[in-house]
Amino acid sequence: MNHLPLIIKREYLTKVRNKSFIVMTFVSPLVGVALIAVVAYLSQLNNDKLRSIAILDDTGLVSGLFENTEYTSYKVLDGITLESAKELVETDGDFGLLYISKSKDSLNVVDRVRFFSDESPSLSIISGLERKIEKKLSETKLQLDGMDLDKIKASITSVNIAQETFSGQKTSKLDSYLKLGFGGAAGYLLFMFIIIYGNMIMRSVIEEKTSRIIEIIISSVKPIQLMMGKIIGTSLAGITQFAIWLVLGGILVFALTAILGISIADLQTPQQQMMQDAMANPTVSNEVQLAIQSFFNLPLANLMIAFLLFFIGGYLLYSSLYAAVGAAVDNETDTQQFMLPIIMPLILSVYVGLFTVIEDPHGTVSTVFSFIPFTSPVVMLMRIPFGVPIWQQVLSLAILLSTFAFTVWFAAKIYRVGILMYGKKPSYKELFKWLRY
Amino acid sequence: MTTDLLVADSVSKSYGDFKALNNVSISVPKGSIFGLLGPNGAGKTTLIRIINQITMPDQGRILLDGKPLTPNDIQNIGYLPEERGLYKSMKVGEQVLYLAQLKGMTKQEAKDRLKYWFDKLDIGDWWNKKIQELSKGQAQKIQFIVTVLHQPKLLIFDEPFSGFDPINANLIKDEILQLRDEGATVIFSTHRMESVEELCDHIALIHKSNKVLDGKLTDIKRQFKTNTFEVGLQTDQVQTVTEAIKTRFEVLPATFKNLNDDLKMNVKLNANNSSNDLLHFLTSNAEVHHFVEVIPSASDIFIHTVKNN
Repeated sequence: MNHLPLIIKREYLTKVRNKSFIVMTFVSPLVGVALIAVVAYLSQLNNDKLRSIAILDDTGLVSGLFENTEYTSYKVLDGITLESAKELVETDGDFGLLYISKSKDSLNVVDRVRFFSDESPSLSIISGLERKIEKKLSETKLQLDGMDLDKIKASITSVNIAQETFSGQKTSKLDSYLKLGFGGAAGYLLFMFIIIYGNMIMRSVIEEKTSRIIEIIISSVKPIQLMMGKIIGTSLAGITQFAIWLVLGGILVFALTAILGISIADLQTPQQQMMQDAMANPTVSNEVQLAIQSFFNLPLANLMIAFLLFFIGGYLLYSSLYAAVGAAVDNETDTQQFMLPIIMPLILSVYVGLFTVIEDPHGTVSTVFSFIPFTSPVVMLMRIPFGVPIWQQVLSLAILLSTFAFTVWFAAKIYRVGILMYGKKPSYKELFKWLRY
Repeated sequence: MTTDLLVADSVSKSYGDFKALNNVSISVPKGSIFGLLGPNGAGKTTLIRIINQITMPDQGRILLDGKPLTPNDIQNIGYLPEERGLYKSMKVGEQVLYLAQLKGMTKQEAKDRLKYWFDKLDIGDWWNKKIQELSKGQAQKIQFIVTVLHQPKLLIFDEPFSGFDPINANLIKDEILQLRDEGATVIFSTHRMESVEELCDHIALIHKSNKVLDGKLTDIKRQFKTNTFEVGLQTDQVQTVTEAIKTRFEVLPATFKNLNDDLKMNVKLNANNSSNDLLHFLTSNAEVHHFVEVIPSASDIFIHTVKNN
């Protein structure tokens, strides 16, 4: 008798009807969008603040260097001592004081530039000031050596390598970012999905144990059917939740922009402003076009199919392990010792994906990790946008699926013994023994 | 043909180095109430789980109606485990329907049968209640219904009365008897010997993974009786009569209570005399008020057997 559909249906309905699940489903997008709005608002607030910085330059080297910008105004002080300058800055409520003291070798300012302020300034303010002074000083040095600054400026050339594949497809740097974005999003999504819904499966197994219904159930169905029903039912609930999040999130963002008039353009940071300005430049708008084009040049069909297969494979692999852990313990607090070996490869795969694949998508490390079954779903998904030969994808998927078959066997063993074990806190040694039962 | 509904044929099962069942064979006659007895950890639950195909035996086989068990036989078995529970946050009606469907019933069949049982056990408007809103006894009633709903040939109850108050325990006992009368065979595992006495026709005693005793309860009692009689007499000469009995029979302290006998004792017959000899002897010496054969209780047999093994 095949009870699988019945079990899947029950698992799905119980999950979906659960109050906290419903609340999570509908409140999360609200919270998420609200959070984004708040962050955007706050960063806008921060950028709006006009800071004034006083400059006391005893050397006269950097005079006229600092021009007021939208966010920072400079006050040049002259002919007063450092002490009175400090007082002046404090009474005026300025943000800080930049001080360059005099010495014999006027061009050697190392150790002689100081910044005074109440709050410690952000890294960007300091490095901005440093860069300005550095540039001015090196220009002065060049001039002293008799160089013509205009000529130097004229000699600066910008090179933008136009990339093209042998088959004639044009690509760009933006293209790489796009690929990275795709791969990263896919890998990260899988990671989140495994953690959230894997845990849900584990809790549902533990619930059956603690409520003692398990023995009644498995006198009717095979444990492996129950386990698979749980995994599939919970996954379907998860997909439902994800879909609702996407739709609701989309609607909310749309509503926010439309009704409240907070358009995305209003939330721009200065960097975005710069980008936009640059886009007026014909060569850059060309690049945007190229990016749009390269989006369609991505192996989209491959990406979709691979995403589906690796997502399902990876998720099933991990969720069967979660189910086994749930069966091995009596309550959630005992799960800790068994969670580590599950979480470790998962985190490892995300790190390998984020650090190695970006650097070198087809290097040894990336390639090897895209074949190891516990890391392959995430790493391979991140690699695929950069073009992975089909045979590698197929091989990796084959390894993944055969490992899945093995873990299901393993998990089912643990599961069928574990669900009837009460009051024991099993060790790894004990789990190993269960395999022989 | 075969009169045994269920036969366990030399079943063994080990968990690692621990032997939970050692070559255990039992035969459960059709239409009987079969008591599966034994101290804690003797292997009863393991045997029951093997019958339910929850675990597989290492050796031996289980025959139901003369045929080896198949996965479809779950429809023919109703099992009430000792460790039992229900989904706490699921509604009663939905939950029973789900469990009945797992046993192979259709939704409609299950609904009809459920109505019958709800009426019978006086369960009214629980359909939309969650299990966590019921009392323990109420939940136990639901579990009982889940066990019997699909009208299985074989019912297995593991400590069915634990958690019931005396009224409901009696109710359930009557239901079990009625199910037996309607043709079901019942395996009944318990520590409560008085319910064994009341219900079981056959018993098997498992101790330290081995079957140490089985058969018809009356046969076993016959086998365990010690030819001892409770004797209550009225006489003026207590001392003389006692001495007289002691010369011919083995006299033990009395194990019964009664109101107004001057002399009471348990008397054990020797190999060469019968109960009539004893009765003759007694009537000629004193007035007999009480004369009953001591029949060993299930509890006595249980304790005796377990201690001697």
